[in-house]
Amino acid sequence: MTIGLGGVIVKRVRSELLPGVFLTCLQTDKFKTGLLSVSFLTRLCREEAAQNTLIPSVLRRGTLRSPDMDALAARLDILYGARIEPVSRKLGEIQAIGFWADFVDDAFLPDGNGGLLEEVAALLGELILSPNTRGGLLLPQYVDSEREKLLEDIRARRNDRAAYARQRMLELMCVGEDYAVDVLGDEETAESIGYVALTKHYRTLLATAPVEIFYCGTAEPERAAAALRDALMTLPRGEIDYDIGTDIRMNSVEAGPRRVTEELDVAQGKLVIGWRLGDSMEDPDIPVLRVMNAVFGGCVLSKLFRNVREKLSLCYTASSGLDLMKGVLIAACGIEPDTYDQALDAILRQLDDMKAAENITPEELDGAKQALTHDLTALTDSAGALEGFWLSQNLQGLDFGPEELAALLIYVTAEDVAAAARNLECDMIYFLRGEEETSDADEED
Amino acid sequence: MPMKKTDSPAVGETLYESVLPNGLPVFVIPKPGYRKTFAVFAANYGGADRRFVRDGAERETPAGVAHYLEHKMFDMPDGDALMALTAAGADPNAFTSEDMTAYHFECTDRFDESLRTLLSFVSEPYFTPESVDRERGIIAQEIRMVEDAPDFAVYMDLMRCLFPEGHPLRDAVAGTVDSIRDITPETLYDCHRAFYVPSNMALCVVGNADPERVERIAREVLGAEGVPAPEKLRADDGGLRPVETFAHRRMDVAAPLFMIGAKLGPAVRGPEAQRERIIAALALRCLVGRSSPFYLRQYADGLLNSTFGADVDYSAGQTVLAFDGETPGDPRRVLDALTEELTRVQREGLDRALFDRQKKASLGARIRGLMSFEGLGVSLASAHFAGFRAMDGFEVLGSLTAEDADAWLRRIDPNDFALAVVEPKEG
Repeated sequence: MTIGLGGVIVKRVRSELLPGVFLTCLQTDKFKTGLLSVSFLTRLCREEAAQNTLIPSVLRRGTLRSPDMDALAARLDILYGARIEPVSRKLGEIQAIGFWADFVDDAFLPDGNGGLLEEVAALLGELILSPNTRGGLLLPQYVDSEREKLLEDIRARRNDRAAYARQRMLELMCVGEDYAVDVLGDEETAESIGYVALTKHYRTLLATAPVEIFYCGTAEPERAAAALRDALMTLPRGEIDYDIGTDIRMNSVEAGPRRVTEELDVAQGKLVIGWRLGDSMEDPDIPVLRVMNAVFGGCVLSKLFRNVREKLSLCYTASSGLDLMKGVLIAACGIEPDTYDQALDAILRQLDDMKAAENITPEELDGAKQALTHDLTALTDSAGALEGFWLSQNLQGLDFGPEELAALLIYVTAEDVAAAARNLECDMIYFLRGEEETSDADEED
Repeated sequence: MPMKKTDSPAVGETLYESVLPNGLPVFVIPKPGYRKTFAVFAANYGGADRRFVRDGAERETPAGVAHYLEHKMFDMPDGDALMALTAAGADPNAFTSEDMTAYHFECTDRFDESLRTLLSFVSEPYFTPESVDRERGIIAQEIRMVEDAPDFAVYMDLMRCLFPEGHPLRDAVAGTVDSIRDITPETLYDCHRAFYVPSNMALCVVGNADPERVERIAREVLGAEGVPAPEKLRADDGGLRPVETFAHRRMDVAAPLFMIGAKLGPAVRGPEAQRERIIAALALRCLVGRSSPFYLRQYADGLLNSTFGADVDYSAGQTVLAFDGETPGDPRRVLDALTEELTRVQREGLDRALFDRQKKASLGARIRGLMSFEGLGVSLASAHFAGFRAMDGFEVLGSLTAEDADAWLRRIDPNDFALAVVEPKEG
């Protein structure tokens, strides 16, 4: 399809390059760099998450032609600093692993240089299909080295206190569900990864995982498709495992929210609350649910920001976020530990208020829609954001673009938002706080 | 008078600029085909500008004033600018660094209206004792949040190793819960009157905007009167030697975090500053960047991981070189390895082939940088404050030689390095 976006013609074409290998092409002359991503899709689960994350990192260490990182680095530098990075992402209960690349568009290369798209696509193909192996096995020194770095990353998760608290909340709230699994995996499973088993897992993924490829840049879709088909021609394709997806749990695990408090040596406490979207997930109305989140804590005009931060001065951060693939709403807030009761009460009160349409002011509703409209429109100006948007849409079998979604927001009413809020079921109240005995003594100066 | 227009055909950009009668510089880079527009209104005033001369008198202000002022500027007599901008569909925010306070928004609709709001709320302070008090709790939580971050702790420890007592780079931009305790509306008004004058500010717009229209709106909202900016008083930097060469503390982290740094002397201003910055970035890329032999060797050996980075900072009139990251080993081994590599390169010079390909990669990185509206807008302002023109950077990069990078690297004396470490808690 061809759509006009602010005077720029953008062509979006989706095609199947090889069995189970889908290419989404967005042709536009708006950006100065091209973007390519290749994602192998597999089930997110505790046993395999660390292995999955490790595979692109090990592949990125060297290929038959460029056997180590030094050789790869030299090739990328000469391609005007093209970047190819291993990625591992969590989308609902699907893990998407592979590579993400960007490179300068031909139009901006000096003296008639060009063809970076073909060069980068070929290198991606090499990384995926022709890694540096011995006897058909991934090199043990590369596997060992990347496994240690993965373990360092897993252990360093707590350095980002807010992200750590959020992940702990999800692990506890969704215990027993794949959604609880962190995309890096856990220490225990990561520690036991060996090169033989990893090679086997890698070969299985190559043969069975559905693959989503995304290209955004100036090239005609035919040119991009040809470059990628050439690069991936030898991808072995067996029986493709399309049986991946996200199990939706609509209700809270117990009648009321479960409560957990954990300790870390920090001054500021992190309060994180999780809800299930309840009956709203029966047939999710995406515009309504997005507006509900924006009214609650998704923008500056939200109830959480204006009341919990601005009126009560309880915190600097107070916001909410939504995962529509799983049907989960999360609110998070950084507070002084002794204001826990007050902050919790304030957050829950904002949510309760939202259950009656008359408590949602026209300013709140309009503000939420304005903020969402801006986000969705601005998204079309970033190749990286478009990539994330379309990967998520493709996984959900959805075909509408960001601006089409934005156009639906005007129809959302305060009653729609209130009805969605009434369906919410609070499932987990998690608090990460400083260690009791040291939290108020122990001043360093 | 029409705005001055400069084309950079090689990278497909055009810059429009002018200076208003009140002294405000205006920069606009139109981006045809894009839906969004980014605007930043910035003051050449930040956390490190604590002492200054105004009306012949010397003023001293507590740590955290510039940042406190940033929070309170959003208050308007008829409401809150953050809310007003959001209600108009814009995405507003602000930040305070060591030497800049920047207010910005991005929007895809109603740009003129949001630009008027931005210009008026930043130029018209409105504080009450109650509103200033109410903000204290919010800022205190912002400070506490940052103090819990190990990378912030290791940075502050390094600054305290490098700079003597009384130097503002020893203090966090936001100050401490204590230092902000006594900030009053009068302090804030005082600093606003001193630094938020058109000749000490810059307005930069990148995106779907008409340059002449931006300029006209700025003229209408801001008035013609210009006042001179105050003189900033710089603190004693204590010379090139660090005050301490080692600092460490324990926090709840899994592996040690380190920061290795050195003072390289007062920062220069003007076109020379731009050249120096681009040489420094390229030289560091060759020495320790992602595709340097040093980084790749240490990565393969396990001493460094992808958190490793290097940077030169020019805040508060100082040139500060710093390397940071996380290591599963002893951070002193990183210091030793770095010293050894630096000494070798100082002796032998950089590999010429390495330099050539890093120069190509730098060009790619600069072109990529043109797509971040926020990055580009803020760099226009910071370049102006440092006395050079951001868009000249492509030409400067093209003119650099390996000898330039060698000479820059030879300025570093590894004996002047200080090491700050955050270690895991025992047990």
